[in-house]
Amino acid sequence: MTQHVLDATGLNCPMPILKAKQALAKMQAQDTLEVTCTDKGSTKDFIAFCNQTGNTLLSHEAKDNQFIFNIEKSA
Amino acid sequence: MSENNGMTIIASKGTLDWAFPPFIVGSTAAAMGKEVTIFFTFYGLGLLLKDLSSLRVSPQGNPAMPMKMPFGPQWLQKIDFGPKIPNIMWNIPGMEFFATSMMKKTMKKNNIATIEELREVCLEMGVKLIACEMTIGMFGYSRDDFIDGIEYAGAATYLDIAQGSNHDLFI
Repeated sequence: MTQHVLDATGLNCPMPILKAKQALAKMQAQDTLEVTCTDKGSTKDFIAFCNQTGNTLLSHEAKDNQFIFNIEKSA
Repeated sequence: MSENNGMTIIASKGTLDWAFPPFIVGSTAAAMGKEVTIFFTFYGLGLLLKDLSSLRVSPQGNPAMPMKMPFGPQWLQKIDFGPKIPNIMWNIPGMEFFATSMMKKTMKKNNIATIEELREVCLEMGVKLIACEMTIGMFGYSRDDFIDGIEYAGAATYLDIAQGSNHDLFI
């Protein structure tokens, strides 16, 4: 179980999702990915993304105009 | 293609503004696990050219297009010149170039991905990009004009793939 980090700040839709997908593709199952973005639509988008792909959104929070997502890769 | 996990898109428009939806929706759908095919026909074919520098946008006949300055003081940037300028003004030579350059500056300022970037991601994610063979002949293109990694086919191929798709968009 490895923790990965992705800085997607400054990127706009759909780039944070696409970068997250590319990062997840290189990870093993049960690894986690922490994504930080500034895209205001990203909260709804990451919930939808995890819903569709079966990866688990462990947590999401918004602070100081940043949105942070913790995603666990599914098997 | 597995049953009902496909997305098929017909990209028929070749202006800078309309270039975005097929690549944005296509790449995002691929990221979300769908098998995506985009069929480029008529003016959409231009989106597969190696050289995208001819992509333009025009306010001509497009009264919905906001015309805001991407630079200058805040009060100036807030003004939408679109409804204030008579549409006939966009007939003046050079106006299309001006509008295109303003649009590109606005996109750059807002850190919007370029068409080249989005197209590259589509290919990396396995989105199938198909150029309409008939339009290539009609517009006098050759295969050398297009990027690598794409396929060439016609309407029947598109329809066959669209059979296994539950998202079918005409853009």
